[in-house]
Amino acid sequence: MSSETKQILTTDGIPLEISLRKAERKNKIKAFLLVSPLLLFLLITYIFPIGEMFTRSIDDKMITNMLPKTFKSMETWDGKELPPEEVFASFLSDFKILVDKKEHGKLAQRLNKEKNGFSSTVKKLFRQVKRNKIDESKNIKEQIMKVHKRWRDVEYWRAIKRTAPPYTSAKYLKAIDMYLNEDNKITQVSEDRRIHRILWLRTVEVAFFVTVFCFLMGYPIAHLLATLPMKYSNLLMICVLLPFWTSLLVRTASWMILLQQQGVVNDFFVMIGLVADDNRPEMMYNKVGTYVAMTQILLPFMVLPLYSVMKTISPSLMRAGKSLGGTPFVAFWKVYFPLTIPGIGAGCLLVFILAIGYYITPALVGGSSGTLISNRIAYHMKTTLDWSFASAMGLMLLGGVLVIYWLYNKLVGVDNIKLG
Amino acid sequence: MPKNTEFVKFDKVDKSYDGKVLVVKDLNLNISEGEFITMLGPSGSGKTTCLMMLAGFETPTNGEIYLDSNPISNIPPHKRGIGMVFQNYALFPHMTVYENLAFPLRVRKVQKDEIDKKVDKALSMVSLSGFESRMPAQLSGGQQQRVAVARALVFDPAVVLMDEPLGALDKNLRESMQYEIKHIHENIGVTVVYVTHDQGEALTMSNRIAVFNDGKVQQLSSPDKLYEEPVNSFVAEFIGENNTFKGEVTEISKDVCKVKLQNREILANPISVNSKGDKTTVSIRPERALINPKDKMDNNQTGKIEEVIYHGDHTRVRLDLLGNKEFILKVPNSSNELDLKLGNEIKVGWNSQDARALDPK
Repeated sequence: MSSETKQILTTDGIPLEISLRKAERKNKIKAFLLVSPLLLFLLITYIFPIGEMFTRSIDDKMITNMLPKTFKSMETWDGKELPPEEVFASFLSDFKILVDKKEHGKLAQRLNKEKNGFSSTVKKLFRQVKRNKIDESKNIKEQIMKVHKRWRDVEYWRAIKRTAPPYTSAKYLKAIDMYLNEDNKITQVSEDRRIHRILWLRTVEVAFFVTVFCFLMGYPIAHLLATLPMKYSNLLMICVLLPFWTSLLVRTASWMILLQQQGVVNDFFVMIGLVADDNRPEMMYNKVGTYVAMTQILLPFMVLPLYSVMKTISPSLMRAGKSLGGTPFVAFWKVYFPLTIPGIGAGCLLVFILAIGYYITPALVGGSSGTLISNRIAYHMKTTLDWSFASAMGLMLLGGVLVIYWLYNKLVGVDNIKLG
Repeated sequence: MPKNTEFVKFDKVDKSYDGKVLVVKDLNLNISEGEFITMLGPSGSGKTTCLMMLAGFETPTNGEIYLDSNPISNIPPHKRGIGMVFQNYALFPHMTVYENLAFPLRVRKVQKDEIDKKVDKALSMVSLSGFESRMPAQLSGGQQQRVAVARALVFDPAVVLMDEPLGALDKNLRESMQYEIKHIHENIGVTVVYVTHDQGEALTMSNRIAVFNDGKVQQLSSPDKLYEEPVNSFVAEFIGENNTFKGEVTEISKDVCKVKLQNREILANPISVNSKGDKTTVSIRPERALINPKDKMDNNQTGKIEEVIYHGDHTRVRLDLLGNKEFILKVPNSSNELDLKLGNEIKVGWNSQDARALDPK
């Protein structure tokens, strides 16, 4: 047909397609400008820091830059026997530069992390270099080997070579209580030093049970909220939202007042004779405190999605279930419950993800048996200043959350989530 | 076997939600087995409350409801064996059509092959065979409605309740569904209690209609009687169209009375007036008043045409007659020799038998 092949023109004679594109371009630019502040904000505060965390967690460039010549000459060394004179010479020249820049301490620290004993070994060499005891015209290998017996140990040279690559997975291995041993094999650290794996497991356990408790308590509340007449449900809604209007710290502190051994709850137990006065149970600085406080704080995140889903379920469905012969339980289980699954999914996912990275509450009421991985991250951020280790753990947490999200998507489907 | 005329029996039932207002007042109603009874009334008249009490979702404040001579007030809904079709269908959105229909059978622990048979039968009854695996959201409103009806019938309940089931459908579909439900009722002979506020629906489908107002049954009778012989002015107003004159009885005999309007007197059929001096509302159906009547009629008046509205099959004429400016006439379009022009004076006549002198309201 000719009308199909003929180009359609507007009344002004411009081809329709061009005219349409022109008319829509303006809108597109406007739309982009409107979202650009948020886009920039996200880039700066979210994407970029995550990238930064990632590079920091695997970054091992410092030592690569400190010993450039050494690593270059080590490339041909097979690591079976002591390295040749050439390696010793380049090491000495690298080391002298470091001594001039007063960076030999950092080197000692880094090497000591790789293998214990480097600290004193490097210090001894430093003293010799400082006093110009090493004559570069003579055999350098002989002289360095004389400085400390460990310089004669091939194991230590191998350790230096292991630090050559600019990137390392050591921090990630450390976070799960593993390390790369001398033969480049992943091994577990000795039993008494395995702390992280316990923390990971505890974090998942606490997050899981907090989610379960929130669900068990939140489901009836949400149901009540959805079915009660407006004037009562509004009041109840305020009660549910009240925690949102109170500072997290205040809430946690009030739990401390309630739960401590001389606290309100214990006083009450003693008063009604549940426990003896001299045998008050410890409800704080352990997992109990963490569970109680976190459940209370995260409860609204379970109730709100559940409520919004339940609100859309017509009460006539339950009635239909009953009038068709289902007992109230059958009507609930076969009709009502399946319809709330999107809300359950959303609520559980929300609570679990929040709980898995929870920090303040476990830090304040958790004690030693109630601290979670986030507290460990904070500890490395603030106390040991091992930021790369903290970054590695943070990213592992992020990865874990993504895995859960992926699993949820596989099992329930993300499009089944309903937040409101 | 004679049919049980008191299959469902409301016995002096009162219902109040707040302890101050009675929503249902002293309701006595017998429904016989196999009957299609409609509860008709404006919203807030208590008809849905009655249905809910029968279904078991509300309990009577006073009185008792009997099903097949057994009191059921203390039986929970799921043990009553009453099917129900809800206003918004209430199909389970997460189940297929088959699962929806199988639900009442599964909870009754019916065998799998028996379920298949019954579901098949129920679906073919509403001509939806082949839709078993569809989800309710994939069906049109009319199809959902049919599934809801099939689901309420699939477990062979003794009584089926329908709570304004056609309210959400468009006009054409509503009409065809009315006939469909009526035919299903005729075929399987189940007792149906139907609630609606649509009088056309009630007149089309029912064996008997109970007109509710203000918590009470105003009239319980067959559709034709209800329309032709309303017992009070509420029913006359509510069912169909109606011309009214307010006046006072001046003379009364057994089957005719004289009613004095503002300046004239008309003859009427005394229904709820007893003696001279009673105030009354006289009600005349528009189609009972004729223009230029050929037969002799005992009421003959002249009115002025105020408005003429063309309605396709008939023309509505609004007259100023005896001081009533809202007097409506329905003129069939076959009689096109009439000169219906605005402002014309025309003669109108009706029989005193059709002018019912009811309560003054």
